[in-house]
Amino acid sequence: MNPTGNAPRARLALGPLLYHWPRAAIHDFYAQIVDSAADIVYLGEVVCSRRQEMHFEDWVELADLLAAHGKEVVLSAQALTEGAGDLKRVRKVVANGRHRVEANDMGAVSLLAGTAGWIAGPHLNIYNPQSLGLVMELGATRWVAPVEATRDMVRGVIAARPVETEVFAWGRLPLAFSARCFTARRFNLQKEACAFKCIDYPDGMPLNTREGEGFLAINGVQTQSALFYNLVRETGSLREAGVSILRASPQSHGTMEALQALRDACDGNGTQATGAMEGCCDGFWHGRPGLERAA
Amino acid sequence: MELVCPAGSLPALKAAVDAGADWVYLGLRDETNARNFAGLNFDAAALAAGLAYAHAKRRKVLLALNTYPQAGTWERWMRSVDLAATQGVDAIIVADLGLLDYAHRTHPGLELHLSVQGSATSHEAINFYQQKFGVRRAVLPRVLSLAQVEYAIRNTAVEIEVFGFGGLCVMVEGRCMLSAYACGDSPNTMGACSPARAVRWEETPAGLESRLNGVLIDRYAPGEHAAYPTLCKGRFEVEDETYYAIEEPASLNTMELLPEFVRMGVRAVKIEGRQRSPAYVSQVTKVWRRAIDAALAEGAQFAPRPDWMAELNRHSEGSQQTLGAFSRPWK
Repeated sequence: MNPTGNAPRARLALGPLLYHWPRAAIHDFYAQIVDSAADIVYLGEVVCSRRQEMHFEDWVELADLLAAHGKEVVLSAQALTEGAGDLKRVRKVVANGRHRVEANDMGAVSLLAGTAGWIAGPHLNIYNPQSLGLVMELGATRWVAPVEATRDMVRGVIAARPVETEVFAWGRLPLAFSARCFTARRFNLQKEACAFKCIDYPDGMPLNTREGEGFLAINGVQTQSALFYNLVRETGSLREAGVSILRASPQSHGTMEALQALRDACDGNGTQATGAMEGCCDGFWHGRPGLERAA
Repeated sequence: MELVCPAGSLPALKAAVDAGADWVYLGLRDETNARNFAGLNFDAAALAAGLAYAHAKRRKVLLALNTYPQAGTWERWMRSVDLAATQGVDAIIVADLGLLDYAHRTHPGLELHLSVQGSATSHEAINFYQQKFGVRRAVLPRVLSLAQVEYAIRNTAVEIEVFGFGGLCVMVEGRCMLSAYACGDSPNTMGACSPARAVRWEETPAGLESRLNGVLIDRYAPGEHAAYPTLCKGRFEVEDETYYAIEEPASLNTMELLPEFVRMGVRAVKIEGRQRSPAYVSQVTKVWRRAIDAALAEGAQFAPRPDWMAELNRHSEGSQQTLGAFSRPWK
């Protein structure tokens, strides 16, 4: 691979759905994705094992459908595993037998070790070539950089250890995981009796500062950025750093348009409209606070 | 069951040793550890003096090298591992895969503990670090319930260390980018969270305001106790409510769980607070030394003494304590 020379056309990935949507909404969304600019689709429940609108078998069925329509499909494993039940779910994903797997914690890495072609997901904390080299020896063939990755960090990793690399490029940033469900907390409910309140917040529940400024978004045990991360203006620097896949994260509105805008930008057809960055940030890529935006 | 205590300076290390710590953990004066605060931590000379002091009293010293190096900074972490090995540090606390691999290959005699920043929450993850790098002990993130801790212990030969007291991360350690998002200082790569340099306090007509890189973290009415603006412990607006949407300013205190820790086979209890004073280290260590000795002697009959709890309460954030994730309702 030559990270800087005649790089092949960048591909677009749709990350796993991070929210709890009703089953019908999930099917409607992915029906659209069939005709979207996404080349790769990650599927599965990454955030909370209590969510049961889609069972594992439903995700596999959806995966088969998307694969039949020419999408490369990856099944994503849960990021935070707390006990026997969570591990069982991760084992099921790992052993699915049909589709590649994205590992999002070291338990999944351990289960995947020795098999070929799995994806080192964004929650694995791989920040340097040495760590990447290790997971590649264990069979990983793609690295999804941590969402806080800077251009210099990504460039430094790939220059020393060339690998197919994916960067989070559009959507609310998954910033943190906790054992506590902050959506349940909002309603003074315990996680074990949460009433699945998160289903009412298709893009997370806005968390504002006391002066009404949007700061974060609560998505169950996950905390996200309020601002949409958007690297649509950075397709040149992404390519130059050696990144070959850009990830858009499913949102209830605008995902199809974002995928198309990323496609156009990668192909040099982008209008680069200045309005494209309204309500967006790109600080991490520039080595700045994530919520900031390069001029 | 061993007691593992923090030291941000040589006086704090001596205080911990004198008060009965079995292990003292510390970091170097740079971003190789997760308490990279100005004026804190050890240079090579202080490390040597600390090792001499602890070893003379037959206690052990742990060096935390628990942040994630990058391509351009790798050398610094690597050299710190070498320093630990040559100086005779008893074990190092590491999170990064590459660094664990380097330490294991280059210094096979150097004991490795998996940092809480490694985010290992299951025995599958913990056993992976043992098989690959010979990790001897793992520190569990403060997100597991007692039953989940026990499940992990039953399924691994790796020694398990849990947090007993001190500041509480409500997010899984190693998996929180809130500080990097708000002010650019990443706990994972720079060892800093909600850094003092980004804090601004301002008296306004609406009250005393605390900000991190301009983001309003909290606002206090006259007479309200103002806390350090750790960004997950501020008050925010969610829909029409203003409250501690993520976590209250409170400290973890698991002392009442000691008999359970003993029964399950928890190997060590860790006290948080390398950024705290030698006086904190001394007083908290003394109380926990007595408590652990009592729990080992009394078994299920053990109960924390009121004067111990009062002493710990004086050192708690906002004078509040919580069992954190060990108690299921907290989740």
